Amino acid sequence: MTHLISTESIIEVAYLIATALFILSLKWLSSPATARRGVFAGEAGMALAVGGTLLHHGIVDYKWIAGALVLGTVIGIPLGKVQMTAVPQRTALSHAFGALCVTLVGTAEFYLRAPAITPLMMGVLSMEVILGSLTFTGSLMAAGKLQEILPQRPITYKGQNLVNLGLLAISVFIAVVLVIHPQHMGLFPAMIVIPLIFGVMMIVPIGGADMPTVISLLNSYAGLSAAAMGFVLNSKLLIIAGALDGASGFILSVNMSKAMNRSFSNVLFGAFGQQQTVAASATEARPVRSATPEEAAAILAAASKVVIVPGYGMAVAQAQHKVREMYDALTKRGVEVTFGIHPVAGRMPGHMNVLLAEADIPYDKLLEMEDVNGDLPQTDVALIIGANDVTNPAARSDTSSPIYGMPILDVDKARTVMVIKRSMAAGFAGIDNPLYYLDKTLMLFGDAKNFVGSIVRELGGSGG
Amino acid sequence: MKLDLLTGLYVFMLAAFIGFEVIRRVSPLLHTPLMSLTNALDAIAVVGAIILAGEHKSNLAAILGTVAIVAATSNVVGGFIITDRMLRMFKPSGPKKS
Repeated sequence: MTHLISTESIIEVAYLIATALFILSLKWLSSPATARRGVFAGEAGMALAVGGTLLHHGIVDYKWIAGALVLGTVIGIPLGKVQMTAVPQRTALSHAFGALCVTLVGTAEFYLRAPAITPLMMGVLSMEVILGSLTFTGSLMAAGKLQEILPQRPITYKGQNLVNLGLLAISVFIAVVLVIHPQHMGLFPAMIVIPLIFGVMMIVPIGGADMPTVISLLNSYAGLSAAAMGFVLNSKLLIIAGALDGASGFILSVNMSKAMNRSFSNVLFGAFGQQQTVAASATEARPVRSATPEEAAAILAAASKVVIVPGYGMAVAQAQHKVREMYDALTKRGVEVTFGIHPVAGRMPGHMNVLLAEADIPYDKLLEMEDVNGDLPQTDVALIIGANDVTNPAARSDTSSPIYGMPILDVDKARTVMVIKRSMAAGFAGIDNPLYYLDKTLMLFGDAKNFVGSIVRELGGSGG
Repeated sequence: MKLDLLTGLYVFMLAAFIGFEVIRRVSPLLHTPLMSLTNALDAIAVVGAIILAGEHKSNLAAILGTVAIVAATSNVVGGFIITDRMLRMFKPSGPKKS
């Protein structure tokens, strides 16, 4: 008996150290200089926690555990090695897996305990499976949209919000019934299925431009459901890990919403869908000035300060390595090149930074919106690659624009603006961009990767 | 197993505060690795799944627990690998060739 007790305390101590390591892990992530140490701390904490758990005296059968750990590892390795451009959908997929784990554990716990389950426990367990289920399908939908298996355009219909809120209300109602009468065990599957449907319906009206906020929000839900699971299993380690994840997702969601000047509810319940048709049809063919790669290269080479504004289009065209070559060529000529990163550029928080870092661009050249906006009036050329809405001056001036009030990169304050774009088609949110019709704006039509490649050739040619 | 709700809530509240303070300091530069790292850490839920699968109290619980281990482990492994891959790419403009 004393032996068993000491094993249990070993497990508790392992969990305690793991918790400390998790917090240190996130703390070290605050700066690129210490961030990798943070990953090691996280790995060590995870190893300790899993190792400690395996000592648990109640475990009678290791076969399935071992098999599942191996299979999980086999699935996890390729998921860790995806291309950097696929990171948003990978992240969404991992939220789905996390939520799946939580939901399955919650389901198992219910059937082990019910109907002899206290109202309190039933309440927490309901929260766990409702959040888990809706995060599972919601994240799968988000991953599908990001991977372009599903249509990226927001799909809206009349009464959509009513349907969605109704589904959520029904789930909560079932949870309340189960808390009061846990013997109605037949209701439990409905408490999983309805949030599963809600998760799908919730993401249907979400467009690609809202993905950074939605991924963050799903991250937060995944964390909260894990914390709820911690309450169910009475595990402080899980409560803390869930709270940390939930807090992280929440902070990111708030950041993203602020960067779009929208509230959570507006992102979730107010798809851009309806407004965009109005905005897009209002403008017909207006004259724009376009330029060839030769002209663009000459202007860039003559500049002393260039700000490059990347967006999702750069990721789609896989242009980041060509951009790096252009960066090198310009830097060699003494041109000062920095990058202006809007918080919601791309499809998830920090997306552009990762792509540019992958292309070996030093991270001190990647500037946040506030810093770049201070520099732009003294900038000779602002070069926009595959970004649209985050540079749209209508957000500052046009109160009728759906993106009015959204903080933008003030590229129109630079002396010359160049925009690499495939065609004049409206951007993801379907909103026309008055920037393109300014006298100082040159449109560079073409695929981002090819166009930047041509500029690099021109720079190399005239330089050598 | 009695749920000590109040202790749990204290723990949750304190952890949430620590989370806010620590994560607020993470540079936006690293927000993508932040998300993949917290995702890997969140997969600590695997401990609950391991106990379910190992205790084998019912076939249902063991099966659900086993699937849950697979899901969570893939997050742990994939999450740590990709976070480290991303962080290795972030380099300052150091003494490399001009």
